[in-house]
This record gives sequence, C-alpha cells and structure tokens, in this order.
Amino acid sequence: MERFADEADVVIVGGGPAGLSAAIRLKQLANEQEKELRVCVVEKAPQIGAHTLSGACLEPGALFELFPDWKERGAPLNTPVTEDVFSIFTEKHRIPVPILPGLPMQNHGNYIVRLGNLVRWLGEQAEELGVELYPGYAAAEVLFHEDGSVKGIATNDVGIAKDGSPKDVFERGMELHAKITLFGEGCHGHLAKQLYKQFNLRENCEPQTYAIGLKELWMVDEKKWRPGRAEHSVGWPLDRHTYGGSFLYHLNEGEPLVALGFVIGLDYSNPYLSPFREFQRWKHHPFVASTLEGGQRIAYGARALNEGGFQCIPKLTFPGGLLIGCSPGFMNVPKIKGTHTAMKSGILAAEAIFPKVTAEDLDSQTAGLHVPEYSENLKKSSVWKELHAVRNIRPSFHNYFGLYGGMVYTGIFYWMLRGKEPWTLKHQGLDAHQLKPAKDCKPIEYPKPDGKISFDLLSSVALSGTNHEGDQPPHLTLKDDGVPVERNLAIYDGPEQRFCPAGVYEYVPVETGDGMRLQINAQNCVHCKTCDIKDPSQNINWVVPEGGGGPAYNGM
Amino acid sequence: MSGRVLVGVKRVIDYAVKIRVKPDNSGVVTDGVKHSMNPFCEIAVEEAVKLKEKKLIKEVVAVSCGPQQSQETIRTALAMGADRGIHVEVSGKDYETLGPLQVSKILAALAKKEDAQLIILGKQAIDDDCNQTGQMTAALLDWPQGTFASEVSMDGAQVKVVREIDGGLETIKINTPAVLTADLRLNTPRYATLPNIMKAKKKKIANVKPADLGVDLTSRLEVLRVDEPPQRQAGMKVETVEDLVEKLRDTGMV
Repeated sequence: MERFADEADVVIVGGGPAGLSAAIRLKQLANEQEKELRVCVVEKAPQIGAHTLSGACLEPGALFELFPDWKERGAPLNTPVTEDVFSIFTEKHRIPVPILPGLPMQNHGNYIVRLGNLVRWLGEQAEELGVELYPGYAAAEVLFHEDGSVKGIATNDVGIAKDGSPKDVFERGMELHAKITLFGEGCHGHLAKQLYKQFNLRENCEPQTYAIGLKELWMVDEKKWRPGRAEHSVGWPLDRHTYGGSFLYHLNEGEPLVALGFVIGLDYSNPYLSPFREFQRWKHHPFVASTLEGGQRIAYGARALNEGGFQCIPKLTFPGGLLIGCSPGFMNVPKIKGTHTAMKSGILAAEAIFPKVTAEDLDSQTAGLHVPEYSENLKKSSVWKELHAVRNIRPSFHNYFGLYGGMVYTGIFYWMLRGKEPWTLKHQGLDAHQLKPAKDCKPIEYPKPDGKISFDLLSSVALSGTNHEGDQPPHLTLKDDGVPVERNLAIYDGPEQRFCPAGVYEYVPVETGDGMRLQINAQNCVHCKTCDIKDPSQNINWVVPEGGGGPAYNGM
Repeated sequence: MSGRVLVGVKRVIDYAVKIRVKPDNSGVVTDGVKHSMNPFCEIAVEEAVKLKEKKLIKEVVAVSCGPQQSQETIRTALAMGADRGIHVEVSGKDYETLGPLQVSKILAALAKKEDAQLIILGKQAIDDDCNQTGQMTAALLDWPQGTFASEVSMDGAQVKVVREIDGGLETIKINTPAVLTADLRLNTPRYATLPNIMKAKKKKIANVKPADLGVDLTSRLEVLRVDEPPQRQAGMKVETVEDLVEKLRDTGMV
C-alpha cells in the first residue's frame, strides 16, 4: 500500500523547547528576509506540552534571543527565584550548604517555570509565525534517499491490532520529505538511536549516561507557601555512591503550587533500588514533609534526563539532518538545567541551515542537505563553554567518597578554577552495565506509602493522565523474548519492575505450570525511556506508539 | 431532500485525564488540561461520513458550540471526512453556563438555516452525561428522533434505526428530517490521519454568534457547588459469619 507523501523545506521531529525554538527562528528569518519557507513540526503528544516534564529553573538567555519582548508577549515566566536553599539530608536532619556565588546551583536571575506551559506558549508563538504544528502525530521511521542521506520521516501506520493484523480502521502513515530534518526528540530519542548507528555518530564520544527524574505537583497549605523559593538536597535517602538528589520549587502564579521531584543517576548498581519508592520516602523527610502536610498532590510524571554532558556529545550533523536539544544532550548536570542550552541549540541550528535551505542554486553533494556549520557554530557558542567548564563534576562522583568526593572536587576545581583543569575525567560506560547481580546486593526495605504524603505506584500513574489505544502492538518491544526471565529475572531479579516509574513491567506466574513471565502493561507507559536505557540486557527497545498516546501532562 | 447532515461535535476533557475540582468548588479545572472530541460525537461523525460514502446523503456539516479551541474539534471532524464546519462562538461566562437547552436551540436554528435532512449527535457528552441535547433538539423542531442508535439504515425518505434499550434492541422506522443520537456500538470511528488534517486546513469553518441565530443563552440552571466524590473507605475483613453479623449489627445496618 502506497503512502501519501508531502514536501516541506524543513521538518522538525519533536515539539519541545529545542524543536520549537528552531522552528520559530527559521520563520523569523524567513519573514525578515521575505522568503517562503515551509516548516513542519511533528510531535507525538496529543497537544504541545503534554509530554514535557522538567523541574524547572530556567535561565532566560535563549528566550531573550528568540523574543526580546517575551514579557510583553506573555511568556509564562512568573516566578523569579528569590531564595536558594541547598541541603545535605540525613534521615532526620539537614546540613545547610551555603551557595556561594559562582557555584553551579546558584539561581540568581533565573525563573521557576512550568515548562509544559512555556512549551505551549512557544507553540502558540510558532503558529503565529506560520509554523505548521502537528501534535498527535509520531515520527516512526527515518526515510533515506538513494545516496544514503536523510529524506525525511514517516508517521506510523495506525489501526493495527495487538496481534499485528490490520483493523478496519487501518491507515498507512504519511511521508514528510524535507531538504533537511531536525531531530529534537528529547533525552534518548528512538529515531536518534537509529541515526547514531546509521551514521556512526558516536564513534568519538563516550556512551551517554542518564538519570531518571520523577516529579509531582502539589497544592500546599497557604501557610507553607513561599513563592520564589528553590530548594535542592542531596544525601538521604541515597547512599553516597548513588548519584541523585531532589528539587522543590515554590511557584508564584496566584495559587500555592509547589513543584518537587527526585533525580537518581541510572548508573546505580543495586537492582533492588526503586527510583519511585526512593522519591516517595524522601518526601517524608521532616524538611519536606513540613511543606507538604495538609496539601494535595495534583500531578505526577517521570522522564529520563542526560547526565553525560560534554564527554558524551555525539557528532551532530549528517547528510540530510542534524540533532538538537536533549537528544544529543546539552544538559548542564550540576546546574540541572538543559532547557536554555536546548533552546540555544535550536536557534543555532536554524541560523545555520537557513541560508542553505533558501539558497537559489545550492550545490549540495547529497540529496539531503548537510550543514556542518551548525556543529562548528555550536562549538564556538556559550553552550560549549558552559558544558566544558562543568565537564568533570559528574564523573568526579566516582571515587571512594562518592558524593562527598564529588562535592569537594566541585568546590575546588569548579568554584575556584571554573573547569580550567587540563584533564577530562571519564564516565563509567553504559548505565545498563552498572547493575550488580541481585545475589551480591541487599534488598531495600521501603516504607509503605501513607496515602497522604507518599503514594502507591498505580494511583500515581493515574495522575499522569497517560493512556494509549489498547488494541495496538505493545510499543515496548523485546529483541529476544526469552531474555527477561532467563537473564533479567534470573541474575538481576527483574530490575525493570522497579525502575519503571509507571508499572509497565511485572513478572507474573505463568497460567499453567511453574515459572514466571514478563507482562508488559504498555498502556501505562509515560514515555520516560528509562527501560531502554537501564535494561541490563539492553533487550528492551522503545518504539513510538500511535501518536496522541502517552501522558497528558499539564504544565509539568 | 437537501441531502445535508448536521453533526454536533463537543470538545470535552479527555476521558483518561484525572479530573480536579477547583479550590472554590465552582467547577472543574480545564485550563491546559488535555481535551478531545467527545467519544460519542466521534461515532456520530463516522456515521455521517459513512452515509456520504454510501452516497445516501450529499454533505456533512460539523457544528461545535464553544470558545476558540472548539475549532480544533471541528478540524478533527473535517479530517474524518466532514465537508465544512460551523463554529458557534460561545465563551467566558456564557460557555460556563452553556447546557443542552441552549445548544438544542442553536442546533434547531442551524438545522432550519441549513435545510438539514438529518441531525446526528452523540447520545451524551462524557463531561455532563446529560443525554438531553438530541431529544430537546427533536422536540424544538418537532422532528422524529432515533436515539441510542446502534444501527442506522436509510430507506428513501425514511430511516430505520435499531435502538439500544434496557430490554434489548428496538427497531423503529422514522421519517426524515429527523434527529439521531449515536450509541457506542454504532461504528468504530476512523483515525484522523495527518494527510487528512493537512487537507482539513483548506476546508471552510464559518463563524456564527448565537445572537445571529436568535438564540438567548441565559441559563435557567445555576450550579451551586461541585465536589469530588467521597473517598472510598477501606473495607474490613472478618473471619467468621458470626463476626459478620455482629459487625452488621454494630454499624446499625441490620
């Protein structure tokens, strides 16, 4: 069955901060220079912003570049940071850590934002400029010209039943061809995964390392509300060898709303660790519980984030396309900020490709345009400088003293020398390979959720609003069906039951006879990508489900 | 016969989203929440498009009453195969108090204006569960109604409707013009695919104000309060039948 195909000048995969910044910049340039330019953005979320999840403390630099008049235009940056608090938690107490100016977690001049709302606003600005936005449509396949350059993307076929057969409502996906395709799928994109292999983009960088971030929104008692206050903690409940920490931001948007969450490095080694349950028990720390008591939880979600930084940036351009945003990964890990760099990368990409896509007679070696200027300009920009300066902070964590060694390193080398030390520390390799066998580790006794401050997994997943059309093939695919029980369960006690923040993976007894099987509850998936990252056998391959499915985050 | 079918489509909060009551108990939170076309309206659109594909009717017009965002809902109907759309602008306080009676008056006025042969609606909306608009519209127009339709077939100027009722299935034959409301098993709505969404951008959506149709939006109903359903209390396990009877007596149930 033939697929319908359409042509655009630029196709952008992913309607997040990077993709929308690129789209906006392209149309701003086109309108300035009175040139025609068809820019199409495909986004798997049902509406722009529905799959966006972040803390977030935003550095507004890149937004200023896109829209110097962002305030007048009503960008939802309503909460300047007024108080910055950093603590090391012990089980019952906290040790305050002074945030001296110059330390990465200092937030003066930044805004606490609900990133989903900012992304929605960016989407509105993009549409006004003439960008064609298509939320609810997932890019499932990369298309190639005969010469091997990228031709565009295709959306997935819809109306396929669970067993793979076509239903009555079966429809083929559509092909969107472009002179150049920008891939901004966010952390650990599934198309980017294919492109790394296809064009060997990772041959000169380290494998990416990640963390999982879980987040909740709470309506707190007005007496506990301190708008503009940004709190961060490290320490309890994690041991010094497990990287991670928390954030708690008091928003200032007219109601006592607090955004809080917990981040755990996915290079943890104990397969009995459950990021979700660490998050839930962290909330019981007296310093946190005092804010939440009497409040009501109104949202929940989770997403993987990059931790690799400078050492893990791949080759960014290839014939017919390039990578932007958290997909290649420009997050400043100690600052835990990646939005400003993602937006900047989108802007740089747009500025680099614009002259080439609008050139009257461009002499291109390949059918799909290759724009290495994007990468060259990025290397000369603030993004590169910033990432280079903090490159050693995360890897410095891997020492005998763990967290404390890392903090000492940050204090000496970053605060005093701003990352000018001549060496570059390495990460440990793939996160998936860091798990120790279950027999060498101790199971962790997690407290039961109390239903007031901490909650069970399923009621949390319900709050994410996630849903998928039930009768479709599960989008969490296994390369080898035998591996989960034979390897993951046998050696690692099935860590996917614990690291998935949505309860997708369950080991259940088989219906007849002895033994277990892996049950995949694909409908619960919140598209966080943790399973694809942390599966010790690297057997799980996350592919995109029918567009429009997934979480329904609102201002997360 | 004009061969024109009016289909009503309502923009509602998506069925999978967890609803939250506003802190002042005046309603539910809708700002930024994921909305989609009412599932029964999707079925209504699908039925209308199927009738057109069978060449039994000539034109499908999708109608929605609501704020600016209702246009997205109309676009989805256009992508499913409707020919053009009518957006009846209702926003602000008027939209908060918009209910089946006002919508029926609007649909009745449009049906006369457009010389509609059929009006197909969803049997109810999943936000208010009223199940009234179809019936009220038929009454205002003095047209026959075929509600809870699980099967629709046209026979000249008449429509045969199989209705889902408490006792089973009831088959009726009614004259057109008529109002039908779609029940779950009527059909499986098709996907609004990307090429069709792109084509839908070229189809026309007319903007109309209720006042232009001579409709007064004043509501005769006032919402006093909206509350969450009471929290489910945990149950209790008992060991023996004697314990059960004792507990039933203790709590005054027996």
